[in-house]
Parts: sequence; C-alpha cells; structure tokens
Amino acid sequence: MTTTLPETGAAESQHEVVSGDLLRFATAGSVDDGKSTLIGRLLFDSKSIFADQLESVEQVSKDRGNDYADLSLLTDGLRAEREQGITIDVAYRYFATPKRKFIIADTPGHIQYTRNMVTGASTADVALILVDARKGVVEQSRRHTFLATLLGVPHIVVCVNKMDLVDYDEQVFEQIRAEFTEFASRLRVPDLTFIPVSALAGDNVVTRSENMPWFDGSPLLSHLERLHVASDRNLVDVRFPVQYVIRPQQNDTRDYRGYAGTVASGVMKPGDRVLALPAGLETTIESIDTADGPVEEAYPPMSVTVRLADEIDISRGDMICRPNNAPTVTQDVDAQICWMDESASLVQGKKYAIKHTTRWARAMVKNINYRVDVNTLHRDEDAQEIKLNEIARIRLRVTQPLFVDSYQANRQTGAFILVDEATNKTVAAGMIGGPAHQF
Amino acid sequence: MKSHVLSQLRSLEAESIHIMREVVAEMQRPCLLFSGGKDSIVMLHLAVKAFAPARVPFPIMHVDTGLNFQTVLDCRDRWVERTGVQLVVASVQEGIDRGLVQEEPNGSRNRIQTPVLLEAAEKHGFDALFGGGRRDEEKARAKERVFSFRDDFGQWDPKNQRPEIWNLYNGRVHQGESIRVFPLSNWTELDIWSYIEAEDIDLPDLYLAKEREVVERSGMLYEVNGFTPLKDGETAQVLSTRYRTVGDANLTACVESGAVTLRDVVEEVAAVRLTERGATRGDDKVSEAAMEDRKKEGYF
Repeated sequence: MTTTLPETGAAESQHEVVSGDLLRFATAGSVDDGKSTLIGRLLFDSKSIFADQLESVEQVSKDRGNDYADLSLLTDGLRAEREQGITIDVAYRYFATPKRKFIIADTPGHIQYTRNMVTGASTADVALILVDARKGVVEQSRRHTFLATLLGVPHIVVCVNKMDLVDYDEQVFEQIRAEFTEFASRLRVPDLTFIPVSALAGDNVVTRSENMPWFDGSPLLSHLERLHVASDRNLVDVRFPVQYVIRPQQNDTRDYRGYAGTVASGVMKPGDRVLALPAGLETTIESIDTADGPVEEAYPPMSVTVRLADEIDISRGDMICRPNNAPTVTQDVDAQICWMDESASLVQGKKYAIKHTTRWARAMVKNINYRVDVNTLHRDEDAQEIKLNEIARIRLRVTQPLFVDSYQANRQTGAFILVDEATNKTVAAGMIGGPAHQF
Repeated sequence: MKSHVLSQLRSLEAESIHIMREVVAEMQRPCLLFSGGKDSIVMLHLAVKAFAPARVPFPIMHVDTGLNFQTVLDCRDRWVERTGVQLVVASVQEGIDRGLVQEEPNGSRNRIQTPVLLEAAEKHGFDALFGGGRRDEEKARAKERVFSFRDDFGQWDPKNQRPEIWNLYNGRVHQGESIRVFPLSNWTELDIWSYIEAEDIDLPDLYLAKEREVVERSGMLYEVNGFTPLKDGETAQVLSTRYRTVGDANLTACVESGAVTLRDVVEEVAAVRLTERGATRGDDKVSEAAMEDRKKEGYF
C-alpha cells in the first residue's frame, strides 16, 4: 500500500524568489544511503514537485509493492537507471525558496563514477555528503570528500542520514562527526557542517526534527538558504578572458570594437588601467557595455562587453587583467587531473588538446608525478598510466603560453580540460597549481 | 560597499549569454531552432543581448509543421523584422509530399518533424543547433548536457556524452557530427516567466488568458477551431483559458486561467501544481519514457 507523504511544513510559495541569488550544490552518496530520497524530500517539502510527478511516483511505488512513496523515483531519470535502480549520470535538479534558487548536481556514488562527482563538484558552492548512520564513515564518504576538496568546493555539509534507524541516537551522530572531522583535517575543508537527518521521515531536512532535540543546528534547507557564498568568489584578481570580439558589420555601429566575455574574477570598472595578455600592452577600460547599456562595474559571473581606450590587437583566448596583478604566463603547467576516459589512459608523451578559459592549445604530458589513491590518499610515484576515474599529478608542456592562476586561488583561471584529438572526447579535468591538498 | 552578488535571473542570463558566445566563437555554422514558443523566443532575446550592438550572427530555423497557430507565425515575423535575423523555414508538409516522412495516424507531427529538421540542418551545414530545452521539463532532460553531442545520424546516446566540467565546453566535432546546445538548461519555467516579465518580451498572445470556446477531451481542454473542430456528441463551452506551451495546433491543449497579464502568469506558474508538459501536451502522454525515446532519435 502506498501512503501519501506527510507534508512536513513546506517552504513558502515560490513567487517572490526572483530577487534571491543562486546556490549550486552537488550531492554524493552510495546507492543505498538515501541520496535520491533526500533530494526527493527537498523537492517535495519545498513544493518543487508537481502533482503529476508525484502521482507517477506513487503509482510506480504501488506497482512495485512498496510501503511508501519512493521519492528516489523522482530523480532516477533514465529508463536504464530505473530498471537497475541506480543513477548512472549527473542529473540536475532545481528548486527555489523565497530566499534562493538552488541547482542540484545529483551525482551517483559508485566507485566507477568519480568522473561524475568531479563534474558535479566543479561548479558547486556546496557539497552534500551523505553518510548512513548505521554504517558510519565508509571508504566512499572519504572519496567524495576528497573529490569535493580537490575541486575546491568551499562548503561541505555532511548529512548523517537514516537517524530513524539508530533511534535518533546522539552518540551515533557524535561518533560519526568525530571520525569524519579527524579524516577531514588531512584535507583543505574551509567549512564543514554536520546535520543528523532522516530523509525518509523528513527529520531535519526542511523542518527541525522533534526526534532529535539534542541537535541545536539548523535543518538542512535553512542551512543551505543561509549559507554565505558571496565571499567565496574571487573579487580581488581581475581576470577577463576574451571570449569573442564584437565588431558589427553595420553602418550605424561601424567603429564599434568590443571584447565580449564573462568576468572570471575581480571587479572591473571604466577608467581602470588594464593589461592585455599576451600582447603585454596597457590601456584603460573605456566602457563596460551590456545590451541594457553601460554598467559602472562588472564582477563574476557577469557577461559583458569591454571597450578599451587604445586599439590593441586582442582576440579570443587573450586575457585582460590589471598591470600590477597579472596571472602567471607559462607553457609549463603542473596540475592535478581526474582522468575521465574509459577507452584510453593518460600516458607520458601523449599529446592532447587543452582548453583553458577561452583558449585552446595543444599539450604534451611531460611527466606523471604520482597517482593518488582516492580512498587512502596514498601517492603512487611509480604510476605509468592514469586510467578512468584516477587522480594524478602531472606536468604538461603547452604549445603556447596560458595565463594561469592556481586553482586554489581561482577556480576559473586555475582550471582546464584535456580533449583527445582523435575522438574529440573530453578526457580530463585539470586543476593547476601547487599542492593544494595536504595528502 | 556593493554586494557584488548577481540575482539568480541575471546569473542565468549571464550563463546563457556565455554559452551562446562560446558556440559562435567555436563552431562553424550555428543555428537557433525557433518554434515560436516562449522558450525559443527567450533564447532569441538572449542572442540579441549576447551580440549587441551587432546583429545575431546566426540564422534561426523554424521547423514548420503546417499546424501553426497564426498568432505564433505573426509573432515570429515580428521578431525577424525587429532583429534582422535570418530566418530558415523547414517544411514538414513538404517532407510529407516528398515522402521523406509519413503522417502518423494520430495526426501528431511532433515525431515526424525530426527527420525534416535533421535534413535541413544537413543541407545548410549547421554544426550547432541551439534548442530551448530545459532540464526541469522532464526527467530524461535532467541529464542532458549544455553541449549535447550528436552522432552523424543526429542521435543522442545518453551513455556517450562528454563530461561537462566548469564552464569549459567542448564543441569539437568531426565532419557530419554536430552538437545541440541548450543555453536555457538551468532555467525553470518560473525563471522563464519571471524573465519574460522583467524584460517585457514580445510573445504570442496565446500565453495570456482570454475567453475561448473549448471542448474537453480526456481531461484536456482544446480550443474549438479549424485544427480541433467539435466532434459529434461533444459540446463546447466558453472558458477563460491560456496556453502553457505551444506545439502543434491540433494537439496543444489550453488550461483554465485568469492570467491576463505577464505578472498574472508569473504568479500562476509559481502556484501551479502540474508540469507544463503533463498539463497540455497530448504527445507526451504516450509513455513515461516517451521523451527519452524521442531524444535518441534526434528530437529536441
């Protein structure tokens, strides 16, 4: 029999939401630790699930003889996944409360899908790690946390789930918290929060649980609503990768020449002295244009068009920055990479296409420094090849200079992808820089 | 000091503009698929903003099923006139006449527009097609990439999609292959409407409520007109209705609504309890996996 889910005090209606900001979070967990149910619960309790979707879930749950509406059916999208009862790819979900709009990158937890976790975490402000209260911190919890920190996710929220199955016992929660904190101390985790929840019963997901009076923190949704993410962005180092040159071939705007792009970091203003790379020439920002007219300043992630006071030869892939605060110009790149291709491994001497900001070049693997075991954080310095879902530190030689920052300082200008030139597949995610992690 | 926080609508706008510029910078011959529905209109509006003050540097393509609401065609022509964008029309009727596709028994041209679309894209050499699909529309779409790789048959293989990390999109394709690009991937229906209201975007008037003569079939309301005439034994009624999606005129139902202004629509959408496809698209009711199947064939 299917019981209709109790509404555990829903978030308010959505329509004042337009003024709120955007928070992206990535979820990770094993097949069984209730991640899909947790997301289903967030969508359901924030009234982001529509009546027909819920009906469909209730019907399928009933057909399968389940006792309760299986909220994981809301998120397990592809037929292949429903048949196997697993999630095989990153799925994006959306919900909004009056305070914020949320984008969830829902990534599967199996060992073979590190690739997806990396994809989901790459743009995330927050990583949600699920731990089954009965099982405690397992290998996979460590792996997901490591990957989240590798991808520079600034906030980590550990949901200790299935608290209903351990009688809402504070000791169980505290023990997991202690164990997790000990493990996380070896990683660079700027902000770590623990919340005891039951996704199935709705405890501490949207509303405070009456079953765990000992917990004085916020329920998950309020925590996500209040999380301060604005200062996570780099507003100091001006980096404007030129994406496209706008030169209208029209009579009325014949002299217009604007550099279109997305502000990667920093705050730009008209009148600022800027340096164009690789030209190495200085000039002044004349105007920052948008289709709605010029703006007084531009900051990430605004898409704008910059006009400069002097005519400098600038094209796609070039970088505009400040004269006294420029990225490193280099053809030698040290980076951690996550290998994402199942059909071929990364080996020394192989050449790939590399995309860094808006610049494409070619890169050769000079050296594989070591491979990291994502479970133990152990380094294998004898690694000869890097296979699917493996993490390694490598050195690349690039055919032309890139304008880079360390990934730790700048998630935009510290990131790159490698593309196989024969298959055109994206084969690696790369994070530039010194040892960002203390493993 | 200013907060330097972009509102969610402006963040979405910035992301879409970034995506469109990336495609124009990297692909040989992009084209925007324009159905005349609100999503494709928002996409065109964003394209205008992305390249201003220059004109939109790619054509738009309308796959004309021959089953169009006249106000949709009028709106399309206003947009073409106003923006100076180049319009390519691919006709499904002509495809039927030439034997490229066959009319389906249920009168839906939704499925048979795919071969017409693919043929036109090939003829014009389009290697990137912008589509207005959103991930919130349907479960199979939730896993769609922003840059969605299609093989040389235009087909989508959910297991063979490129990882998309950060905003570093990879549009590299071999001859004959192409990508579909979904700049509105991260928008929800409510975002779309909030944005239409904020930017005062010109839409077909179908989206706003007015008194319409309608007939109820399987729980859906169809306007009584040349495409959906009254059948024997049916009775029409006059209700205040509006359209939530615009598809084939013979299959798209309207919903009861009192939303006569864009503000009303935003409030209605914020409160509504059915997904837009579930509410008004007869062609999506076929099976739960209907969308997944059509996407594999090359549907948008």
